[in-house]
Amino acid sequence: MKALVAVKRVVDYNVKVRAKADGSDVELNNVKMAINPFCEIAVEEAVRLKEAGTVSEVVVVSVGEKSSQEQIRTALALGADRGIHVEVEGRPEPLEIAKLLKGVVDKEQPQLVILGKQSIDGDNNQTGQMLGALANMGQGTFASEIKIDGDSLEVIREVDGGLQTLKLSLPAIVTTDLRLNEPRYASLPNIMKAKKKPLDVTNPEELGVSVTSHITQLGVAPPPERAAGIKVEDVAQLVDKLKNEAKVIS
Amino acid sequence: MKTLVIAEHDNNTLKPATHNAVAAAQAIGGDIDILVAGADCGAVAEAAAAIPGVGKVLSADNAVYANQLAENVALLIADVAAAYDNVVAPATTGGKNTMPRVAALMDVAQISDIIAVDSPDTFKRPIYAGNVIATVQSSDVKKVITVRTTAFDGVPEEGGSATVEAVAAAHDAGLSSFVGEEVAVSDRPELTAASVVISGGRGMQNGDNFQLLEGIADKLGAAIGASRAAVDAGFVPNDYQVGQTGKIVAPDLYIAVGISGAIQHLAGMKDSKVIVAINKDEDAPIFQVADYGLVADLFQALPELESAI
Repeated sequence: MKALVAVKRVVDYNVKVRAKADGSDVELNNVKMAINPFCEIAVEEAVRLKEAGTVSEVVVVSVGEKSSQEQIRTALALGADRGIHVEVEGRPEPLEIAKLLKGVVDKEQPQLVILGKQSIDGDNNQTGQMLGALANMGQGTFASEIKIDGDSLEVIREVDGGLQTLKLSLPAIVTTDLRLNEPRYASLPNIMKAKKKPLDVTNPEELGVSVTSHITQLGVAPPPERAAGIKVEDVAQLVDKLKNEAKVIS
Repeated sequence: MKTLVIAEHDNNTLKPATHNAVAAAQAIGGDIDILVAGADCGAVAEAAAAIPGVGKVLSADNAVYANQLAENVALLIADVAAAYDNVVAPATTGGKNTMPRVAALMDVAQISDIIAVDSPDTFKRPIYAGNVIATVQSSDVKKVITVRTTAFDGVPEEGGSATVEAVAAAHDAGLSSFVGEEVAVSDRPELTAASVVISGGRGMQNGDNFQLLEGIADKLGAAIGASRAAVDAGFVPNDYQVGQTGKIVAPDLYIAVGISGAIQHLAGMKDSKVIVAINKDEDAPIFQVADYGLVADLFQALPELESAI
């Protein structure tokens, strides 16, 4: 079976992102970019399914500007077989990305689509579920474990208060949570090999999707600062402050 | 303007996250109805009808909605939403799972995790793990919105008497089925609803040491949480995780123990009323947001704290 994995180019998770002084947008000049951590988990899961013999081909797709091809190459170095770049200018919204991915799904006909549960830039947590609706597939979001059994998929999901297990008919969507796996590091030989793997470039017109905007970002601002408090000397003073100053314990 | 609020519940009780979502809907303005989708969920519909200011409660009581399968519930919500301008749900794992599916069915954007309503079409929401707050304006005629529950004080639970109307539509997408669930059983309050939370980080060193937090949690009636580092290290299950990719909490008192204070974690707790940090590294970033910082070895400080309260 074929697995399609979507990856997104985002600011590296170690970078502390700041608003520009004029509040128009976040400062993204000269900032290190990387594959979204949840997408990396998605790639790892697909590669493991291939190594286990469940999946025969891992196709990785990214929607974004030309530079997104770097992240596709990263995914290829981690073990994906080939890449598809849907070239789009600017920052398409989750619904538009989902429509473009639906176009790729129609062409590729994967049995399994794996995405990260959210990207660490917009923190929207939408694309996988939207693709599920558009492609009329079942969804196992926030997955911590997946098992494929014939033409169905069992997925254990991280939900408020515990874990939930669902059974989905294939083809299906999975979005990854942190504990699904621990992604490997790409070895140098695999990074070299990835440069030779096929990477097709397409665009919204070829996929028959018109990209529109529904949301306008009016501005960004730093969150309200929380003033640093005081250091207490010992536990006794801490308890005294909590009882008599903050009055949060009795 | 009419807003439909999606109730969060377990077929037996209406969850407080619903009251936070109703508060956000009130901030948007207009008439508010509540949709309860579930099975044998009559008690939930009654509880929703008791919320003051609610016009009516739509009760879709059918076996196909018993487990809140996103594929089925999204079809129902998109169907019912035809008569509304806005659909609002709490950004719980349930709301996060279902609502984008609803938005895609309606061909509109979703505005995720709003923390403020500037006007009926303009909202504030955190991006980049809460490092930046974006103000966004929606041009969609119908809006699908999820609400960060800690940002809106819940509306009262009692005092209203809305009518309850049955919704007959039974949408079964036939794509998914419920197998089972493993709900963490605890005598402690739920992490997102607790007035006191005590969390452990990598400094706890292992899962067994979380017992040091339990005695204090028992005395304070606190919930126990953890940083992503502690979850990643396997000390505790993921449902303990407080942070941008875990649970967002805003208790009266938050005690961070052995937590350095990564951006990721701060995003999940910095709206707490009073923050206490206990860490042996005096330069740990957690001290920059703590009202009371104690530089100490947690293995000495925790037993002392337990006996002092």
